[in-house]
Amino acid sequence: MLSSTAKNLYWMGRYLQRAKSTARLIEATQRMALQSRGEEAAGVAAIFGMEDEFRQTQEQGGRLASLIDFLVLDERNPSSIVSSIAAARSNAREERNNITVDVWESLNALWLDLSSRLRGDRATLDRGALIESVKKQAVMIFGAAQVTLLRDEAYHFLQLGAFLERADNTARIVDVKFHLLRPDGDPHADKPDYFAWSEVLACIGAVRTYRRIYRSALDPVKVAELMMLRRDVPRSVHHCLWMVDLNMRELADTYGARGEADRLAGELHTRLRYARVDKIFEIGLAKFLGGVRDDIATLSDEIGRQFLLD
Amino acid sequence: MAAKAFDEMNSGASGPGGTDSIRAPYRGVANWLARTSPERVAATRHEVDLFYRRHGITFGAYGAVDGHEATIPFDIIPRVMAWDEWEYLHKGLVQRVQALNAFLADAYGAREICRAGVVPESQILMNGEFVAMAQGLTLPGGVHAHIAGIDLVRVGEKDFYVLEDNVRTPSGVSYVLENREVMMRLAPELFSAMRVLPVANYSDELLATLRSVSFSDDAEPNVVLLTPGHFNSAYFEHAFLADEMGIELCEGADLFVDEGRVYMRTPRGPQRVDVIYRRVDDAFLDPLAMRPDSFLGVAGLLGALRAGRVNIVNALGNGVADDKSTYTYVPEMIRFYLGEEPILSNVPTWRCDRPDDYKYVLEHLPELVVKEVHGSGGKGMLVGPTSSKAEIESFADLVKARPDNYIAQPTLALSTCPTFVGQGVAPRHVDLRPFVLSGRKVTIIPGGLTRVALKEGSLVVNSSQGGGTKDTWVLAPDPSNPPHSNGEVPAPRAEGS
Repeated sequence: MLSSTAKNLYWMGRYLQRAKSTARLIEATQRMALQSRGEEAAGVAAIFGMEDEFRQTQEQGGRLASLIDFLVLDERNPSSIVSSIAAARSNAREERNNITVDVWESLNALWLDLSSRLRGDRATLDRGALIESVKKQAVMIFGAAQVTLLRDEAYHFLQLGAFLERADNTARIVDVKFHLLRPDGDPHADKPDYFAWSEVLACIGAVRTYRRIYRSALDPVKVAELMMLRRDVPRSVHHCLWMVDLNMRELADTYGARGEADRLAGELHTRLRYARVDKIFEIGLAKFLGGVRDDIATLSDEIGRQFLLD
Repeated sequence: MAAKAFDEMNSGASGPGGTDSIRAPYRGVANWLARTSPERVAATRHEVDLFYRRHGITFGAYGAVDGHEATIPFDIIPRVMAWDEWEYLHKGLVQRVQALNAFLADAYGAREICRAGVVPESQILMNGEFVAMAQGLTLPGGVHAHIAGIDLVRVGEKDFYVLEDNVRTPSGVSYVLENREVMMRLAPELFSAMRVLPVANYSDELLATLRSVSFSDDAEPNVVLLTPGHFNSAYFEHAFLADEMGIELCEGADLFVDEGRVYMRTPRGPQRVDVIYRRVDDAFLDPLAMRPDSFLGVAGLLGALRAGRVNIVNALGNGVADDKSTYTYVPEMIRFYLGEEPILSNVPTWRCDRPDDYKYVLEHLPELVVKEVHGSGGKGMLVGPTSSKAEIESFADLVKARPDNYIAQPTLALSTCPTFVGQGVAPRHVDLRPFVLSGRKVTIIPGGLTRVALKEGSLVVNSSQGGGTKDTWVLAPDPSNPPHSNGEVPAPRAEGS
């Protein structure tokens, strides 16, 4: 397999996951906006690390509706849903012969669906339906990959991209939301705002999961634990980094060689696996998550170096 | 226009009209057409459209911008050849491609053919396609044209002509394979009745050919396909063939040269490459040696070739052998290199750079076909009998301005095959491009690509000019009635001036 193939599949996984995470996040934010204050727009822009870009493109000073268009429809924003799907599709198209018909057709169908929606009048475009469609069809694409792809190098690179992106997304959400809701970093300060914390869980679709696991009222410490450390929650940082490590090991077995990327993947996985939520708050959540996110970025660079993707 | 065209189904011995007029190889197809009600035919056609569109989408999507690349129209009535007809063409093709390969080795070697006074040296050295970097190279097996597409036309029961040779990067073979797939699904009953020789082994044969011309003596040399990328119109064919052969489909950036060897970048580390089946034109192959602005090639590739570390297929500079003026020398090449009489005839050709020919051509434009020496794709040509006076006059000005850029040929009455058009079945003109593979041995899959001019009366079959394709069948020899082709090889036609 060529490095360019590995690179395309890795980025296809990343972009597709990015579109899916963004769709879910926007949905949660919209629901939140219906029932509370007015800081959502800035908060969401912060999650994407693009407060500046957002401010520059908006004349109205950051209304939620214009933020959503920026994150969903704006082709100048390389991380918007539309841009991400287009990028994932272009990666897939170049590897048309390295993926199955099912994966290609489901991804192409999503792209065609988005394109036809965008051709219509923006004023009457149903954003909610578009976001819903992205969420549904992205699940189908990952499902098609799960069910039909040969478990070879190509598959592992696709998984690697998807899980690395998802780990980073969840870490970002926890980081930014806690900073907004608890600027002092103390999770126990006062009675938690029920709606605010359930919105945080909704960003990774885990409200019911929380109830199932803890059977108790929403507690910021437990929310943090669930999103970061629970291995059985498929969008937790721990679960995603476990999967990253697993796919790195599969590749190392295939190639019979290990490098810095393997070491870092193992170290990150272990850090999340043995972390305790109370200790994390002791050293500071922002500090812990900052370290994790920096290392995820370094890991992505090392993967590029080790497998000649650059 | 010349006399009424030979129809491959209906021009049987007893003349048109009666049932005996159906030529033997077409009896199965004729029965099928007669037995099948017009409604059923319409339904089958619809089925074909649906099937081919769906198939075409996944096929075309290799290179499509919006997922729906236009596919070349496919006609469901196959073109059929009897075994002895094919056997004769096969012999002629092997002979012709052997001579072309001998010529290319000679053109970039000692140029014996020029010293013998058969081909003027200027024909080679002054040719815009001549690649000086390829001079003096000794290639594995002495092969330069590993994949050749020879365009043939038929004008009568036993009269075939070579229209042109394509020995650079001929394309179209993916249609041969895809058309057969479609046909087998749509009319399985025809196949069980008619013993059609298979073509699906093409990719195996191609891979074997490519491996056989590696410089290294590795048992399994590493072969890759080099494509200009997905913006190229033939990209789907590149992806299709790489897929079929199970080799890597590379762009220039996937390869690099280090210490005179070519490697591909893989997650495992650099992997050595022994043979490059390139679908990139000469000029773009190596920015260090050819066009410096090329992003499609690999820097240092030609150095690796000259060092005998990697073979490039087809070889560089093959264009000196397949332009329309070199074409006129091919029968002489066959006599010179092989000591044989040509089996397949050339179309008589006037070269406008010769004073007598030039005069004749200008006087007879309304009855001739005039082509650019380096033209392709059915563009830049004049079909005299179907052109207006004004078109002929303006083309005459072009010829007068650059006589050496044009050749002329009589307008041939290309054979016709029954084809679905509008409301029913009607004869349409066809040609044939068999694909000849030359490695340590010469292999040709039976048949080739039949192109059909879908417009009534049109002689231009190129897909860019509204042409379609047909599945091409060569029938297996009948064991109870062995072919007596040895006694019946048609005499070669006199070759044109």
